[in-house]
Amino acid sequence: MSQNQTSTRRLAGTVGWEAILVTLLVIAILGGTLLNKDFLTADNWSNLLANFVEIALMALPLTLIVITKEIDLSVASILGLSSSLLGLLWDAKVAMPLAILLCLLVGAVCGALNGFLIVRFRLPSLAVTIGTLALFRGFAYILLGDKAVADFPPKYTSFGIGVIPSTFVPVPFVLFIILAVIFWVLLHHTTAGRCLYAIGGNQTAALFSGVNISRLKTLLFVASGVISALAGIVYTFRFSSSRADNGTGFELSAIAAVFLGGVTVQGGKGTVTGVVLSLSLIEIINNVLTLADVANEILRIITGSLLIISILLPNLIASTRERLRLLQRQREIAKLAAVSTTK
Amino acid sequence: MTREVKNASNGTGWLNVLMRSREASLVLLIVVLTAVTATLNPRFLTPQSLKDLMLNVSIIGLLVLGQTVIILMRQIDLSISSTVGITAFLSGILFVSHPGIPSLAVVFAAILAGLLLGAVNAILIAWGRIPALITTLGTLYIFRGANYAWVHGRQVNAVNVPGSFLAIGTATFLGIPILTWIVLILLVVFAVGLRQYRAGREYYAIGSNPNAAILAGINVSRRIATGFLISGAIAGLAGALWLARFGTVDATAAEGIELTVITSTVVGGVAITGGVGTVVGAVLGALLLSVFSSTLVFLRVPSFWQQAFQGAMLLLAIAVDAYLAYRHALRSRVKWSRV
Repeated sequence: MSQNQTSTRRLAGTVGWEAILVTLLVIAILGGTLLNKDFLTADNWSNLLANFVEIALMALPLTLIVITKEIDLSVASILGLSSSLLGLLWDAKVAMPLAILLCLLVGAVCGALNGFLIVRFRLPSLAVTIGTLALFRGFAYILLGDKAVADFPPKYTSFGIGVIPSTFVPVPFVLFIILAVIFWVLLHHTTAGRCLYAIGGNQTAALFSGVNISRLKTLLFVASGVISALAGIVYTFRFSSSRADNGTGFELSAIAAVFLGGVTVQGGKGTVTGVVLSLSLIEIINNVLTLADVANEILRIITGSLLIISILLPNLIASTRERLRLLQRQREIAKLAAVSTTK
Repeated sequence: MTREVKNASNGTGWLNVLMRSREASLVLLIVVLTAVTATLNPRFLTPQSLKDLMLNVSIIGLLVLGQTVIILMRQIDLSISSTVGITAFLSGILFVSHPGIPSLAVVFAAILAGLLLGAVNAILIAWGRIPALITTLGTLYIFRGANYAWVHGRQVNAVNVPGSFLAIGTATFLGIPILTWIVLILLVVFAVGLRQYRAGREYYAIGSNPNAAILAGINVSRRIATGFLISGAIAGLAGALWLARFGTVDATAAEGIELTVITSTVVGGVAITGGVGTVVGAVLGALLLSVFSSTLVFLRVPSFWQQAFQGAMLLLAIAVDAYLAYRHALRSRVKWSRV
């Protein structure tokens, strides 16, 4: 990438949003530290980082999907399905590594179904994934009903709740870091990543530039399925509980994080860094409020509001900027007119 | 509609007409499903279970009316279930805190509350320029969260609700429950409004081609806002009727029914891509879904299967719509090339 003017300007645009996020993050951390003495403790941080993992995992492929102007609402249902399947397989005395592998495979199949319907039949991803949101959650209920499986072996649950020795960093969080780096490299430093932006910017132009849109989109939905299934496995081990309703409504948090991270609804914009920042921001706000004994339902209101504000704010900024530009142009025209009449 | 008639006279056969007219195929499916279930389990057609069926479909059928207006414009309203939850509890708490309050006043209060919640969506979508999906996903959680915070573990019980109000959900007129009559009357109003009136046609125009609608001089923002106001008001009415139907309301009332409503609407032939469909079809879609779930109950299929079936039906309906649109496009291209 050459450092021409447009690319630096575009860079400045995204850096602007990320700078806002960093500022908010600093304010949230400072506020948390001042408001609550328990905030800046190792225990709290290991708790905070662990709580963040499942949604953060699902937000990574979702970021790429939204950049191509699609959406995946079924992520939380795939999480629930994978969690239920893991419980069922473990209950049926299937060896754990095999069970995990099967869960990931089922996640891939779920994602492939989404991708197939969206890419092959050109169906709107919104409608398809609302359908599969119900379908996959329905499968989870078919598998487990209202039962719960809780007797997972300590070797695996300690993966869920354990920390890296002599630090406060939870083990699942490392998983997220590794995947975040992979997605960062994928999106920002490979041809495929640039192609995703091209698809989101102008799909027709991307098609005529020889981008294999169908393959890229299908792969993205498969990746989303696999990683959502992985999030389901992490969730199951972390709470040592496999239930059909695990993670219901998590799609809201994941989508909110993606949009708050500066990925636009119009597609073609956004960075992995921005989404990681917004994930941290949401989790820290949640943590501070939980420490302050704010009820769960208020947290729901806040997540919903963040989702709306994250799109409303840029829209308002853009429209006022546009209005100012028009006003200035009108003034210039008036000035020119005044000059010509005095002549 | 005239196109369908023309195609029929072209002698393309009854199967084609059936494919083309979603209403006819829905009615056929409902009849077949009812016949099959009735032969397997004769109790399916007793007056009591028919009444239950009508009551079950009524509230969904009501919500489907508002959702149809929204989906016709290529929008979506996920927040209705939370609006129903809030207004149902509001209706109940009004009866509890003001004993002797007229039922009509409660219904109006519920509709007004629904209208206000709809206005939040309308403002954010029409003037904040946030996609409807994002807005209503957000308000789905915000409204429900607010409801939980407000209800705070309380519950309204049937003993607090006057019998005359509960009668809406139990009494019948000419063998049909009052609740169902309300829905039927509104169905006629919506069907005529969307078909015969300028405002109704504008909803179709916006969904068919938003840019063309703007160029045709339609105030798209105002239409979209009105649509969400209608959807909110309908959800408010549904909230009051929810209380009349069930008598007991807590913070979880109506949670998750937005999926059933959207599935019904889309199964009923209202294309998710906008501009196509009728309220009659949508309500028939709700009826089909309701008959289907009773069938599952009567055939002793575990209730856990319901959601998966619903999702599968939604996917099937979207796929059928896309296929029909594709065929229609192909056909009209051939026609034009002959010209």
